[in-house]
Amino acid sequence: MPNTTLLSNDFAAAPVSVRRRLTNMLATGAAAGAVLLVLLSLGAIFVYLVYKGIGAIDWNFLTQIPKPVGESGGGMANAIAGTAYILLIASAFGVPIGIGAGIYLAEYGRHRFGDIVRFTADVLNGVPSIVVGIVAWAVVVVGHGFSALAGSVALAIMMIPTITRATEEMLLLVPNTVREAAYGLGVSRWRTTLSITLRTASSGVITGIMLAFARVAGETAPLLFTAFGNTYWNWKLDQPTAALSLQIYVYANSPFDEWHRQAWAGALILIVLIVASISAVRLVAGRGMLKGAN
Amino acid sequence: MANQALGTPPLPGPQPLEKTAVLVKPRGEADVLARTGSSLWPDRIFSWVMLSCALCILALVGLIVYELVKGSQLSWHASGWKFLYHSDWDPVNDQYGALPFAYGTIVSSLLALAIAIPLAIGVAVFITEMCPRRLRGPLAFATELLAAIPSIIYGIWASFILVPLLRTYLEPFLAKYFGWTGLFEGPPLGIGMLAAGIILAIMVIPIISSITREVMTSVPQQQREAVLALGATRWEMIWTGVLRNARAGILGGIILGLGRALGETMAVFMVIGNRPEIAKSLFAPGYTMASVLANEFSEASGDLYLSALVEIGLALFIVTIIVNIFAQILVWTVTRGTPARGNA
Repeated sequence: MPNTTLLSNDFAAAPVSVRRRLTNMLATGAAAGAVLLVLLSLGAIFVYLVYKGIGAIDWNFLTQIPKPVGESGGGMANAIAGTAYILLIASAFGVPIGIGAGIYLAEYGRHRFGDIVRFTADVLNGVPSIVVGIVAWAVVVVGHGFSALAGSVALAIMMIPTITRATEEMLLLVPNTVREAAYGLGVSRWRTTLSITLRTASSGVITGIMLAFARVAGETAPLLFTAFGNTYWNWKLDQPTAALSLQIYVYANSPFDEWHRQAWAGALILIVLIVASISAVRLVAGRGMLKGAN
Repeated sequence: MANQALGTPPLPGPQPLEKTAVLVKPRGEADVLARTGSSLWPDRIFSWVMLSCALCILALVGLIVYELVKGSQLSWHASGWKFLYHSDWDPVNDQYGALPFAYGTIVSSLLALAIAIPLAIGVAVFITEMCPRRLRGPLAFATELLAAIPSIIYGIWASFILVPLLRTYLEPFLAKYFGWTGLFEGPPLGIGMLAAGIILAIMVIPIISSITREVMTSVPQQQREAVLALGATRWEMIWTGVLRNARAGILGGIILGLGRALGETMAVFMVIGNRPEIAKSLFAPGYTMASVLANEFSEASGDLYLSALVEIGLALFIVTIIVNIFAQILVWTVTRGTPARGNA
């Protein structure tokens, strides 16, 4: 070992006992083992997703709607589109409210009331998704029936706290001198916030939005009794709508091998979408102008 | 309170607005001053709009509480506290006791924590203190990737891969060598409490380990150097210098993981077996509060049945909120000193 040659006699006066060295090695081994085990399960999940899913993905899977039991073929085109549709409407509600609340907290909310909002956002973040589903059901579905809108409302509720906290954090990273420079030029406060501060922090805010997106894209529980699922195309806001996660669930729970295959394929597509968006986030965040401040 | 806040714009930045105007005045930039004056109303309206977005968050939590309380009234009047400690769940005869679900939720979550805590802390220790700097980023990313996998994908993986593995290898092994404990009895079905605990453990590991990492990095570097200078081995340094200082925050991370495990729905729902029974054996199927909602809510017929399910949702909501708040407080007490953002 190079270490022993470096240590002169003065330093080696009190050698570390065997027991202590052994404990050190065991602890290091255990920590490395924990990492290996976690990486192994991560690897197992991805390998099986690709292995089981890749075979069932073909042109039909991406362009056709589900076939009845017994007929082979068919795909999840309507479910993929449905997920995109529901997410789009959810963002239409969730992104502006989330960013607005984030701006409030960062620019106006440095006092007790701001702390209350901050705390409430964290509470909202911890609400189980299935409970959010119940609330969306009670507010939108009761009296109107299952609908894409109800699913979107549920997902929007889940997006808002994530976006709010990310926006706030990013806006607070913008140095005050930037704001003061804008005021010094006579730019009004709202204009400064929107065109200077928010603009400066935009890569961080986009990161937050994408993370919120990735978080809700695979959500199933809150859609079970809101969007409900549909085996046909639907673009109406007030009708039940298919979603990728719902379709995976229905197929995985069915007794048919063909449907199991398609469930794996759907799962593969879902994870590819999510990992792609997270990797994009890392790329954007890595190049962002505020990276150094973080 | 809100009004006062709006009247006197606090930090950051905008405070010196008037001063700026005074500074500009001698240079005779009249139109700049005029613009500052005319932006009073747009500024006010903008701050009101932002405030209303913030109020939305309060309103949403209020709405959740209101709907859950309103929806569970019927069941509450029918059975009161009995709902929580009765174990009969019989929708046909309108008998609703939530005990088996509470039991399943608590046991599966605790089992998950028992598996996840040592692994998560091991991962955090390895990433922050042991591994080469170059591996740090990729390893952290890999564990965070685990957090990004949706519940439904854990569910499909668990029910097609993990459950057969448990059935053929792990459960017979446990029954043979640890059957005497009474925890591993009965036929090895694969599905059941054990499968739910394992999949939940995989799902909460990234939460616990990322918070543990955060808390460990907030321990000052001098602390480590001081312990090392006293002649400690690396592990002794980690144990006495880092982990001990970070324990409140680590506990916070663990409790945050518990909060996630309690409310987790799809993955558990697909592997736990969904039978409202209380069994000592971890091989036996169970049921959780979240999975009964996923399974029975959309087909519940009858007002009392529906109301009982909403009451389960309310109970789940209250428990997870308490757990999360407790965890937040613990994490704050540790990390408060370092990054001075958020709370002014």
